[in-house]
Amino acid sequence: MKYLSEYRDPELVSQYLEEIKKTVTQPWTIMEVCGGQTHSLVKNGILDLLPKEITMVHGPGCPVCVTPLNLIDKAIHLAEENNVILCSFGDMLRVPGSKKSLLEAKAGGADIRILYSPLEAVRIAEANPDREVVFFAVGFETTAPANALSVLHADRLGLKNYSILASHVLVPPAISALMSDPDTVVQGFLAAGHVCTIMGLEEYYPLVETYKIPIVVTGFEPVDLLQGILMVVKQLEAGKAVLENQYSRMVSETGNTNAKEVIEQVFERTDRMWRGMSIIPGSGYEVRESLQQYDANQKFDVWTVDTPEHAECIAGEIMKGLKKPIHCAQFGKKCKPSNPLGAPMVSTEGACAAYYHYSGQTELVEA
Amino acid sequence: MCLAIPGKIKSIETQMNGLVRMAKVQFGGISKEASLEMVPHAKEGDYVLVHVGVAISVVNEEEAKKTFEYLKEAGELDELEPASIEQLKDK
Repeated sequence: MKYLSEYRDPELVSQYLEEIKKTVTQPWTIMEVCGGQTHSLVKNGILDLLPKEITMVHGPGCPVCVTPLNLIDKAIHLAEENNVILCSFGDMLRVPGSKKSLLEAKAGGADIRILYSPLEAVRIAEANPDREVVFFAVGFETTAPANALSVLHADRLGLKNYSILASHVLVPPAISALMSDPDTVVQGFLAAGHVCTIMGLEEYYPLVETYKIPIVVTGFEPVDLLQGILMVVKQLEAGKAVLENQYSRMVSETGNTNAKEVIEQVFERTDRMWRGMSIIPGSGYEVRESLQQYDANQKFDVWTVDTPEHAECIAGEIMKGLKKPIHCAQFGKKCKPSNPLGAPMVSTEGACAAYYHYSGQTELVEA
Repeated sequence: MCLAIPGKIKSIETQMNGLVRMAKVQFGGISKEASLEMVPHAKEGDYVLVHVGVAISVVNEEEAKKTFEYLKEAGELDELEPASIEQLKDK
């Protein structure tokens, strides 16, 4: 039986658009944090349908895009120099490091494998006891339980040859950092649905309180996004700033407590460098000291140099919502998915790549 | 990579001396293994939302089918079958 997906039902879409148009009386700037939402907004043409008063800016919520250059260099080094089997999600492969990408390293003979799940990397370690296996553990809170579980599975199996190179980032500290920036233009947030499926809502109440901004936890499908935008706009127009949950069919108040326990068992919070932005306090996870034999950073002494980003890349300003991809002089010229100057042009969840693939580029109305 | 995809639990087995419940989950024509450690009450026939090989919540059948249909229509299911290196190069 085929279910017609009501989440992109044209009638519902136009109803929500109509209601947004009726509600809005003045300009508002709203940020969606999650790259999956950016991808859906651009791909489904929603940005072009919204009334001109509403500017959507695209936040730093693509884990591939914010993974620092030197960690990519480190992963490449492990594969090339330490004879490691380096396992990664496919999205990371084409991201340029300071000299090359993982894909180029693989072409040069390094043993780099693309996996769907970190749990598969544990299997590879089990099958190759004479090789070291490292999983490049990038991701937001949604992915943290899977990466943490891989460590627990390796521990249960007594594996000595498995570790993770953790580059985990967290949404609430990033919202704090964005809102603490005096230049911020963001007046309301769509928070990331699946992140909150894991974490629940509790971390978001203090953000709403502190920064007096509306936050609506929102799903990914076009109708979800429009409903989330409408909820933010209604709050902004009414001068309210509360936390609301558009995605209640997937997100509960407490989140998934089993997943939170597993994260807690394996990870502790750390300051984390966000590519294109800066070090954000408490914004990442690293492997707990008690499990440090599973931490590739501890296990392998890899020295990398801090390399500056490409001088013409404005990824940082884009991820802070200060500029849009089309404001970049190199967008679609020097910088393309086939030759990315910065990470947001690589992953399909990166704002620049989403604009490049789906928006018809220059036809976009200037914000 | 941040996508979570709904699928149906076809079978369940325990691994690692009974400590870990793993399921075969059906996503349309594709079957994948997923850990049920985050959803201890999930049983055969249930629909679960799976992210990178780990079920993160149980969803009802109608919701699962609607979401799956949307993801399929939108061409968002690629990550279930990681691209080969050749495909990545062609992108």
